[in-house]
Amino acid sequence: MSNVLVFFDVLGDALSPTQRELIAQAQSLGEVHVAVGAYQGDPTPALAIAGLGEVYLAETSLPAPEVAVVDLLETAVAECEAEVILGSSTADITDALARLAVRLDTGIICGVAALNGELIATKSELAGSYTTTSQLIPGPGRPLVATFKPNSLDPQRVDALLHAGDQPDGTVLPVRPSEGGVEILERTALKVSARPALAEARVVVAGGRGVEGDFTPLEDLADELGAGLGASRAATDAGWIEHAAQVGQTGVTVSPQLYISAGISGAIQQRAGMQTAGTIVAINKDEDAPVFEIADFGVVGDLHEVIPQMIEELRRRKG
Amino acid sequence: MVNAPLHIITLVKWVPDAQLERRYNAEGRIDRAEGVLSELDEYPLEAALQLREAAADREVRVTALTMGPAGASTAAKKALQIGADDAYQLTDEALIGADIWASSVALKAAVETVAGAGEFDSGEPEYLVLTGMASEEGESGAIPAQLAERLGAHVVTYATGLELTPDRLVVTRSGGTESQKVAVAMPAVVSVTDQANDPRYPNFKAIMAAKKKPLTRLSLADIGLRAEEVTARVRVLSTTARPPRTAGEIITDEGDAGLKVVEFLAKERLL
Ligand SMILES: Cc1cc2nc3c(=O)[nH]c(=O)nc-3n(C[C@H](O)[C@H](O)[C@H](O)COP(=O)(O)OP(=O)(O)OC[C@H]3O[C@@H](n4cnc5c(N)ncnc54)[C@H](O)[C@@H]3O)c2cc1C
Ligand SMILES: Nc1ncnc2c1ncn2[C@@H]1O[C@H](COP(=O)(O)O)[C@@H](O)[C@H]1O
Repeated sequence: MSNVLVFFDVLGDALSPTQRELIAQAQSLGEVHVAVGAYQGDPTPALAIAGLGEVYLAETSLPAPEVAVVDLLETAVAECEAEVILGSSTADITDALARLAVRLDTGIICGVAALNGELIATKSELAGSYTTTSQLIPGPGRPLVATFKPNSLDPQRVDALLHAGDQPDGTVLPVRPSEGGVEILERTALKVSARPALAEARVVVAGGRGVEGDFTPLEDLADELGAGLGASRAATDAGWIEHAAQVGQTGVTVSPQLYISAGISGAIQQRAGMQTAGTIVAINKDEDAPVFEIADFGVVGDLHEVIPQMIEELRRRKG
Repeated sequence: MVNAPLHIITLVKWVPDAQLERRYNAEGRIDRAEGVLSELDEYPLEAALQLREAAADREVRVTALTMGPAGASTAAKKALQIGADDAYQLTDEALIGADIWASSVALKAAVETVAGAGEFDSGEPEYLVLTGMASEEGESGAIPAQLAERLGAHVVTYATGLELTPDRLVVTRSGGTESQKVAVAMPAVVSVTDQANDPRYPNFKAIMAAKKKPLTRLSLADIGLRAEEVTARVRVLSTTARPPRTAGEIITDEGDAGLKVVEFLAKERLL
């Protein structure tokens, strides 16, 4: 059985759904060890999962963009003789794993949806128009480094795969923060929405230029459905909603059961972030809008009429 | 050293146009017969030009560097038209099929060659590499960190704002849950997002002026590498075109579409 090292750049009081998914993916490959970059207090209670191996920490917490996480990873790989190193495909994790791959003189595969027992990676390419498989070219002492796209596994499946276990002990490795180079002058926490996090939401309501400046109807619909709120780049660029809400190639990738698109034309870059949704509902006043090519249910109409009526009907049914 | 000249090397990639059909060829490689300058690489170029324009008391040169097949020269030329001072194109048969690992090996040697070739009036330059946030077709975003690791440079990714101080570059970036302001010393590799600025378009004058700017072609040998040093570490086994999602039912609103959507959601058990 292989040794797999999973990297969490930040670990809070509990594992995030994405982190749980990653452990589930990793456990199908071998014995899972974890390296944690930034944490507060004792991070190990969050990792009380059956079957977990070692938990590696540096001498102090290493918040991104601290490059010493690469030292931590390099040391942890040597400690547990990892043949596979995995993380999520976020910016800070990609930075760390990309550097690690250089140090280990090995290949990296980014944005993987699945990795099978032969370490063949399946991923979606060219904005979802292709599925490819790829593999590390074997070489002596060359582990595979890969980043996973979140939301590739069904959350129920993840729950079924993970079982609670004993709280592991942390192993502190002789790694310290780096000196100089990159100095953090200021950190500002981004506002977190009270709505479900976009990337993990089971339902997403998203609006585009057609919303014409006022997201209130979409917010109301999202709240009625318990949905996350997303937007096209046209809407975020216009400043109608924060950039973190942008769905698409240069924004968040979502994979909800239901995606409701309103006043969005459906450009390829927008589709790249939402086309794996289970069901797509589109509302657009232009019958030729490309979004209708991928919608399971489409309404040619004005969102300012359709959405208030939806909200009213949803409330009536609950009522 | 205060006010040393600064050599900004911006990496620009020639990619298949996302507006057209993009495909893989029989060898499992993206078809690169035609392409455009990656729109995501216009943001670092714009950032470089703005840094040059803002640095009144400092000699700043902006060099565009691309690695790709013959056609990639159009990306380098476009960068010259937009405002780069000079451009380099690394092109070599041995680079066909380069993965992230091989691309960063080649780009590292190319950056060192280009940095070494620059002659400045006001002394020894420092260098700064600016890249896009991700390749439009590959979307890994892993090149900037790999390049920095190989160059022994500092790295800051996903910059949304850049400002030069006499001895450092101050970068605003968005980490997952927080916004950060960081100061980075040179040499550095900084990737720039599409939130950073509004790239300019070349005007007629700039297009004419670009014809006189130098565009240098480099082979692997020119940057001191042998073909064996850039063999890929990852191989593509298969590529399958995904059947496009098919359209479902489309209705035109006749005053009751909101009800019909809810009915559809109820029928599909999505409420
Ligand atoms: C490299 C690159 C990366 C990009 N990344 C992203 C990304 O991550 N995410 C993203 O979204 N975009 C991205 N884009 C931009 C993308 O190409 C589109 O420009 C953008 O998605 C358009 O947003 P939109 O659909 O809201 O606006 P538009 O294309 O202007 O469409 C607005 C739509 O609203 C409809 N409409 C107007 N009024 C109403 C009304 N009252 N009721 C109903 N419908 C109405 C119109 O018919 C139209 O179809 C990227 C582009 C590039 C080049
Ligand atoms: N072949 C290339 N030529 C020039 N720049 C490149 C090349 N590949 C990647 N880059 C640069 O690296 C950035 C990130 O690319 P990637 O890591 O491939 O997503 C791009 O936006 C480019 O600026």
